[in-house]
Amino acid sequence: MNLLFYIAATIAIISTIMAISGRNAIHSLLFLILSLLAVSVIFYLLNAPFIAALEVIIYAGAIMVLFIFVTMMLNIGMEGRTEKKWLSPGMWIAPSLLAAVLLADFILAITHVTGSPSVDQVILPKQVGISLFSTYLLAVEIAAILLMAGVIGAYHLGSQKKKFTHRFMIKN
Amino acid sequence: MLTVPVEIQILLAGILFLLGLIGLLVRRNMIFMLMSIEVMFNSAGLVFVIAGTHWRQPDGQVMFIFILAVTAVEVAIALALILQVYHHFKTLDADSVNKLRDHN
Repeated sequence: MNLLFYIAATIAIISTIMAISGRNAIHSLLFLILSLLAVSVIFYLLNAPFIAALEVIIYAGAIMVLFIFVTMMLNIGMEGRTEKKWLSPGMWIAPSLLAAVLLADFILAITHVTGSPSVDQVILPKQVGISLFSTYLLAVEIAAILLMAGVIGAYHLGSQKKKFTHRFMIKN
Repeated sequence: MLTVPVEIQILLAGILFLLGLIGLLVRRNMIFMLMSIEVMFNSAGLVFVIAGTHWRQPDGQVMFIFILAVTAVEVAIALALILQVYHHFKTLDADSVNKLRDHN
């Protein structure tokens, strides 16, 4: 188990370094997704399977898709690249190797559990939910207000502004 | 189960946070700066989950869920701002957005 932790931690650090030092934005984003997956494996090893699932679904799934969409809309990072160059082994061999090691790590972590995990060690989603909706109920409502503000702000900032002229200034 | 000392786990989160901080300070491309901020948020959440596991309390995971919500809002607003900046300045270089700078 400890070796699996160290492998996942190494992959997380390496892929984060690759992500922040890359030149191509899309490749950096893919390395960042790999880093998030490695952290998700670490969450699983830390007896937090619910958080591991949330990390994959929300971080690597939803937030990174937003990043990739904006990067593609801005059309940065792949000027003049032909598909042939994209498919060359040098482009995908390093992330694929890291991801394969991470997958083997995760499979080992799942299959190597001897017996059933002791229930008092794993913090189940039920406990998290009970704590979330009793102790932290006020914080949940504040987070809801924050998300609402985020929706309105993103809509306002993302909408294309019309040229506004005062009605007295319109010439007709 | 996992018997890695908790100091090592916190050290991993610290290394990830420092990498994010270095990326934020070094890179000038706004997309990369935002990615570095994501790494820092993630390592902060990692610290919460490590602490929650260490004391066998669900509070750490609850805090991670809140960090997720804050991160989602922050990313949505920041990406919309980046799109606006790109439309206005036709660049993503953070140093080029200096209209408020005091020229002396």
